Amino acid sequence: MEILFASAVGILTAAGIYLILRKRTFPVILGLSLLTYGVNLFLFATGRLMVNAPPVLNKYAEVPYTDPLPQALVLTAIVISFGMTAVVVMIALGAYLSAKDDQIDMIENTERAGDDA
Amino acid sequence: MSLFLIAALPFLGALFPALLIRAGRNAAAASAGFTTLLAFIGLLLNAPAVLRGEVVQARLDWLPGLGLNANFYLDGLGLLFAGLILGIGLLIILYARFYLSREDPMGQFYTYLLLFQGAMVGIVLSDNILLLLVFWELTSLSSFLLIGYWKHLPDGRQGARMALAVTGSGGLAMIGGMLILGHIVGSYDLTVILQHKELIQDSPLYLPALILILIGAFTKSAQFPFHFWLPHAMAAPTPVSAYLHSATMVKAGLFLMARMWPVLAGTEAWFYIVATTGLITMVLGAVIALFKDDLKALLAYSTVSHLGLITMLLGFGTKTAAIAAIFHIINHATFKAALFMSAGIIDHSAHTRDIKRLGGLRHLMPITFTIVVIASLSMAGIPPLNGFLSKEMMLQETVTTLWRDSHYLVPGLAVFAAMFSAAYSFRYIKHVFLGPQRHDYPAQPHDPGIGLWLAPAFLALLVVAIGLSPNILSGPVVSAAAAAVIGDGEIPQFDVKLWHGITAPLMMSLAAVTGGLALLWGHSALARAWNAARRPEAKEIFDALIGAATRFSQRLTDTLHNGSITRYAAIMVVFTTAISLYAYQSGVAAAPTRAVQDAGAMPILGWICLVLATIFIVLDHRNRLLALVLIGVVGLIVSLSFNYLSAPDLALTQISVEVVTIILMLLALNFLPKDTPVESAISTRLRDGGIAITAGAGVGGLIYALMTRDFIAPSISEFHLANSYKGGGGTNVVNVILVDFRGYDTFGEIIVLGIAALVIFALTEAILGSKVSAYLLNRKPDLPQDGDPHPLMMVIATRVMMPLALMVAAYIFFRGHNLPGGGFIAGLIAAIAMLMQYMASGFGWAAERQRVYYHGIIGSGVLIGATTGMAAWLAGKPFLTSAFGYLHWPPLEEFEWATAALFDLGVFLAVVGAVMLMLESLARFAWQPGIQSEHAMDINPARDDAPKTEEEA
Repeated sequence: MEILFASAVGILTAAGIYLILRKRTFPVILGLSLLTYGVNLFLFATGRLMVNAPPVLNKYAEVPYTDPLPQALVLTAIVISFGMTAVVVMIALGAYLSAKDDQIDMIENTERAGDDA
Repeated sequence: MSLFLIAALPFLGALFPALLIRAGRNAAAASAGFTTLLAFIGLLLNAPAVLRGEVVQARLDWLPGLGLNANFYLDGLGLLFAGLILGIGLLIILYARFYLSREDPMGQFYTYLLLFQGAMVGIVLSDNILLLLVFWELTSLSSFLLIGYWKHLPDGRQGARMALAVTGSGGLAMIGGMLILGHIVGSYDLTVILQHKELIQDSPLYLPALILILIGAFTKSAQFPFHFWLPHAMAAPTPVSAYLHSATMVKAGLFLMARMWPVLAGTEAWFYIVATTGLITMVLGAVIALFKDDLKALLAYSTVSHLGLITMLLGFGTKTAAIAAIFHIINHATFKAALFMSAGIIDHSAHTRDIKRLGGLRHLMPITFTIVVIASLSMAGIPPLNGFLSKEMMLQETVTTLWRDSHYLVPGLAVFAAMFSAAYSFRYIKHVFLGPQRHDYPAQPHDPGIGLWLAPAFLALLVVAIGLSPNILSGPVVSAAAAAVIGDGEIPQFDVKLWHGITAPLMMSLAAVTGGLALLWGHSALARAWNAARRPEAKEIFDALIGAATRFSQRLTDTLHNGSITRYAAIMVVFTTAISLYAYQSGVAAAPTRAVQDAGAMPILGWICLVLATIFIVLDHRNRLLALVLIGVVGLIVSLSFNYLSAPDLALTQISVEVVTIILMLLALNFLPKDTPVESAISTRLRDGGIAITAGAGVGGLIYALMTRDFIAPSISEFHLANSYKGGGGTNVVNVILVDFRGYDTFGEIIVLGIAALVIFALTEAILGSKVSAYLLNRKPDLPQDGDPHPLMMVIATRVMMPLALMVAAYIFFRGHNLPGGGFIAGLIAAIAMLMQYMASGFGWAAERQRVYYHGIIGSGVLIGATTGMAAWLAGKPFLTSAFGYLHWPPLEEFEWATAALFDLGVFLAVVGAVMLMLESLARFAWQPGIQSEHAMDINPARDDAPKTEEEA
């Protein structure tokens, strides 16, 4: 299961980074979302993976619990990353509506011809 | 009065003038004067103890971990300087009230002045060098405001900028020096540092520390080669020049050298750096001053010269020289402030301070004439005035000083400088007041009202009084201050008197005065020669340096930041990956300690879905709508895996966030192009793919390595598990961490979320307020529109769902403390319930029924969180300490109450408000006035107007 999890995190990260390196705002936003999933899963997994051991205390029996701390961290991270995505979307939208262009690179057109970044 | 209060009073008082200016200029000036007077009285109350030789202290641990403590102490040196700052401050406040014109914003002036005063008092009372540095920087900042007070004058702005650049960078150097000093001694408390002379002077770090601290002191006190900012700072209003640039701020550097004198002085390095700099500055300033035609420029260079004199005396490193330095600080403050104020009076009444356009004013301005004569003669060093006394002491010191085995160098240059000093002092009298009356003054000169001349007259009186009876008036303060400077050693007997007999200093003085008269006699010829000579102009050099620095950073920035965000992102990823690879290669990884768990069918299925969806997103990202749908799939799988891996709270949060995120992106996509064009070449895409795959493999490998190993140190999670119920009263540990253990973090989170929402709102306002709104109103949708924007079934379903969804939110909220749920999740669910109404019934319909603004909801959430946190203070506990208990009200089951639930309510409200404000802002882009939203649900038979459905599309 660890292999599945780690490879999923890796694939999400790779896909996120690839999309972030695109030149239009929307793929970059998608890439950020994918990267967010990857990072959140990564943080979550620092508590190690456990099945059927939620960190909800059981009054009646001694049962194992998974690590609650990364979960609390990731919970706020999810909510904050929503806020961040919303701000980025808003900036992208404002930029597109104002300039009628959703390219993210702000270099001059003359320079862009010779730049392959 | 406590030293805390003395230091704080000017800062507190700084509020009043700005507020009271509405009540008139007198009220503003009176409030400033009153605060200063109060602080001055407070200081005087402490004076008897200090003069007895005691040290008054006030200590408060502020950040003890950093060695930064709000410790103040008052010894003789502090008393002298604080007295000068507050005493002359009072006179300046009086003077400025009558000096500033009606157009000048006086409230601002007094506020800046008091800020500056507070910073200065802070410097001289600090017992902690870090605290001192804070105040030191504050003086640079507040003097920037004061020099640039006349914002409309380019000279004022440039002068202020130059002063800030020079003194500010000097301050940066001093921070380094002070930190080294604190490192050597192991304490940042001055009283401790001053006990460790040998330790400091034997340290190999002594020289760097000394040089850095001296750069700070020299820039502040306008010593060569940093002297050039002071004359340019004269663009400030005259009260500022009199206060900052003669009596106080420029003395801060001297104060620091005097303060550090016990531990830094006495070495060869100290002597050659400090005394030589002082000597050069003294001579240079005096020579330039003679050839300045602007009264204030003359006084500015004369100040530079006198500061050099005091620096030189401190540099000699002998006890008697230190006493002479202290005495001259007092004398210079009295006569120079009086002269600056007189220059201001002349400028005020004759509308010029150009010496060439003045002359013959003695009958027109007799009071000013008297003041100037007394102060100038004191500056020239004529008995029986106080300037004579300290100059004699200075000359006496030079006689006994050897510079590189030369007996004559220091005394010779001192006489040379004194000669020029006498010459420019006489020139101030002769060329401004003596000579024939003229008929071409820009305005008819006259003596001003008492408000303007009272302050300089008082100082002139002091000049005479100290000169006549120095031992009574200034003796106690000088010896107390000298005792503080000299430190533990005996204070040598010093006898200040006018007549010592025929001594070497007297002959030197005589030579200087005679020479000065001769220089004045030949002034016009000398001035012609001086003006014809080519001299390096400091301002041009400074401007050129600044220009070069600007061009260099411009070029560097332009090279590094070409505007391509893609490039920045790529560089960041590649760099991070490379560093991680290096760390991996050079480090040692322990062997895995945890067994890999078997995966069942469900995880494998989920993995396949996730990987397929991700791959298709990358392949098909040009079809934006499809990519968005696939993102939803990924989010769903992520939340399922949270659920599978024992994180029910995360699963709930992720799935609700997923909903709002997708709605948000759909709303945005409505206005964006639906396809991404093919732009980059195959090679670029391959390169980006290579970067991405390498980074992804690294991240995946890292987390795999982490997951297959145990913690090397015990995790703090055990504590949370053990204390969640006992200490926090909840069994859902994640929720207890959020609202209790790490409540402070959560509090910060909701504030950040609220700020993000407000940013979005503000951006929306800005965009919709621009010409974009016209485009939005006229745009035709680029996708085919649904014939029925508000389908009946959906409208009914969502309205039925609304109370149910809110009930679910309430349920999730209340059970959160013990079972998966809580404020974050409940907030998201409630937001989704409301969003459904927006989606089904339309923006207008929902907006009309919205009774509370979302801003208010965010604010009340944060406020509730803060109030709950602060309530803990009432019980004497730290912020956000929670309390809980159990109640049993028959026939209800026993239930728990916890203040954490109240805090969670704050979280709930902040999340609801933030999410709704974000989405509502976005939705406003789509709103068009033609849409009839109030009849969203067309089921009312009583309606008589025809339904409008098609025409808005």
